[in-house]
Amino acid sequence: MRISIKVQTEMFDAASEVHTLRSGIALTGALVEFTGFVRDVSEGSQVSAMYLEHYPGMTEKSLRNIAKEAIERWQVFGVTVVHRVGRLGPAEPIVYVAVIGEHRKEAFEACEFIMDFLKKDAPFWKKEWNENDEAAWVAAKESDNDAATRW
Amino acid sequence: MMIEILYFASVKERMGIAGESVKIKKGITGEGLINLLSDKGEPWQAVLSDNRLLIAINQEMASLEDSISEGDEVAFFPPVTGG
Repeated sequence: MRISIKVQTEMFDAASEVHTLRSGIALTGALVEFTGFVRDVSEGSQVSAMYLEHYPGMTEKSLRNIAKEAIERWQVFGVTVVHRVGRLGPAEPIVYVAVIGEHRKEAFEACEFIMDFLKKDAPFWKKEWNENDEAAWVAAKESDNDAATRW
Repeated sequence: MMIEILYFASVKERMGIAGESVKIKKGITGEGLINLLSDKGEPWQAVLSDNRLLIAINQEMASLEDSISEGDEVAFFPPVTGG
């Protein structure tokens, strides 16, 4: 079981994450990657900046548990999750998930499962600034909670 | 006995502190802890009465009925918004 969890302020390099995830695993038939970006519009207003707070320690533990469950459930070989924290600008990459496995169906589903549970359980909180420099914490969406119940 | 409490995001902002140490009685639940803190008045009372408030005990999501033991790390925070 290969799991890599990173919570960092700096930008990530997807190519090097994939290289590390795949190294030494000859059987890989499928690689599924997801990258999430900071939106430039939220609730109809322009986003000028975003700040990501998290709960150090619990964040890593929670992401590792989600990755572990995905691996066990879909029998995939490995999972990488990178989530950025701190101050981010619109359109900047914020989250990256990669899954390698034998077949695409399992890898796609495992990747979706990881994102659904990350949004529901991992202790991150977003604060956004609009174009008038007014800050507000982003409200959790009911639909994000619902998405995880389908698994 | 003493426990450590941590606050995050909007809960931390409204409290004006990132955490505190609190003396509690053995066997207290999350709900009991909220009542104990609320007795201190504001801002505890207003912030901790939000029904969307989440609790983690020792860095695992927990329920307000779960009991807290000596040395536990308890955290209160709003619903999460990562990804």
